[in-house]
Amino acid sequence: MPDIDGRAATVVPIPSPVAIPPATDRHPLKTSRFKVPGEGSSVVISVVTVLALIAVWFLVTNMGWVKPLFLPSPQAVADQFYEYLTGRANDKPLWQHFAASMFRVFSAFFLACLTAIPVGIAMGMSRVARGIFDPPLEFYRPLPPLAYLPLIIIWFGIDELPKVLLIFLSCFAPLALAARAGMRSASQEQINAVYSMGASYAQVIRHVILPAALPDILIGMRIAIGFGWTTLVAAEMVAASVGLGQMVLNASNFLRTDIVVMGIIVIGVVAYLFDLLMRWIELKLVPWKGRM
Amino acid sequence: MPTLDIRDLTVNYAVKGGMLQALAPVNLKMQGGDFVVALGASGCGKTTLLNCIAGFLPPSSGQILLDGLPVAGPGADRGVVFQKHALMPWLSVRDNVALGQRMRGVDRVTRNRNADEKLALVGIEKYAERAVYELSGGMQQRVGIARALANDPAVLLMDEPMGALDAFTRETVQEILLRAWAATHKMVFFITHSVEEALFLATRLIVMSPSPGRISHVYDDMPFSRQFLEHGDARKVKSEPEFIRLREEVLAIVHHREPARDGAAAEAVHA
Repeated sequence: MPDIDGRAATVVPIPSPVAIPPATDRHPLKTSRFKVPGEGSSVVISVVTVLALIAVWFLVTNMGWVKPLFLPSPQAVADQFYEYLTGRANDKPLWQHFAASMFRVFSAFFLACLTAIPVGIAMGMSRVARGIFDPPLEFYRPLPPLAYLPLIIIWFGIDELPKVLLIFLSCFAPLALAARAGMRSASQEQINAVYSMGASYAQVIRHVILPAALPDILIGMRIAIGFGWTTLVAAEMVAASVGLGQMVLNASNFLRTDIVVMGIIVIGVVAYLFDLLMRWIELKLVPWKGRM
Repeated sequence: MPTLDIRDLTVNYAVKGGMLQALAPVNLKMQGGDFVVALGASGCGKTTLLNCIAGFLPPSSGQILLDGLPVAGPGADRGVVFQKHALMPWLSVRDNVALGQRMRGVDRVTRNRNADEKLALVGIEKYAERAVYELSGGMQQRVGIARALANDPAVLLMDEPMGALDAFTRETVQEILLRAWAATHKMVFFITHSVEEALFLATRLIVMSPSPGRISHVYDDMPFSRQFLEHGDARKVKSEPEFIRLREEVLAIVHHREPARDGAAAEAVHA
């Protein structure tokens, strides 16, 4: 024994590889006992669910179990979509409705970004700004847009302005609150670190607080664009002659449920695509989110 | 030569029903090349002391003089390395290290060259372009050290910088830190609650005790970091009989078991 204490480690030989038993064995590789709640991909299940819903829809309408007035068949909805798409419908073509709605939602969203993000940042930075903006914001935030719609019509008429304003208001609150919350995202250590590199207060805001707030602001933007689409139909109740919401409202006056359902699907799909776009932007802009 | 002079520093915190003395009068003098390690259990005021030097916490009384000038608030002359690395995940490794100079208006070429130099000093120049969140904990802490050095501060303040690292990484980073310290000859004020780490790094070891937080023992002229820098064998340093003897002695002090002292190495400042 070479060791001075007379004690030496036993060298354990490298074990020879053991064949892994097939999964069909009585000892499955993955037990149901040790799993993380909600683990695994859900894409296939979601696709199957959507297909099943469409199949049920197809079945109940084509078997005549539900009258077309209450629920039009998928083929009728698809026909309407095609006619609107090609401009053969007894209405403006779909792209005009789509463009009008996009203009309203995005000009409102853009204006909300320009105003609500600075307001939220100011609320996070200054007690005065927080004192001023907190009561009106918290008061109007839970109000349904339909409740103050009449006031907006009386004050601003029936042009584009009240429509954009209504959507703007629904985007503003979530954006401002997200930006305000984001101002607290930087850790005290990060702030102290930059101060001890000789930063001024303005530089701490510019180089630490604002970049750290970006993930929250992006989430606010995602929520805001969703709220914007939600408010679209309400906004287009104000004497609109064009727009996806107006198309649906107009069709409902004539009990054209096929157009109504088609319009609902178009609005839903467009909103979903924008949510995906926002998520992609998030991935590109803040790849570090949740990783530090 | 830069100096740091702490005179009769006290810190009181307001607590429910009165004041809590976090630091009883603390006196400490440091000069260029000193590696002072503050060792103590939680609540002994070592982080409070560091925060005062860094300027994050105003003292209740007493003074901290850096090169003769009183400390008032944080500044680039005192680089801080935190336990949680506190890097900016939206910046690359190089941009993190260059951030201090960027904020002081140094041009890009100069500050990037400086950053690369400091990254080379801690041995991670290869990772300059990487995102900080892609690095391991030990590498992130090395970026933190490079970042603090990049401002060429008079003193480096390190608040348990190895606290979150595993034992193996910790030893590597200790060695890297000592080499960087030898190369730059900075004053270092280093906090830890690992006795072995304290003995290995310090040129002066101060042991702190709680309630109220104070310096209870001071060991001057610690030889181990110098020995390591001479022959580069950390295991040899840490297995020397004198190292082991001091380790047990300091452990006994920290655990309030005063050992029978044979040498004059330990000097009680406060009984």
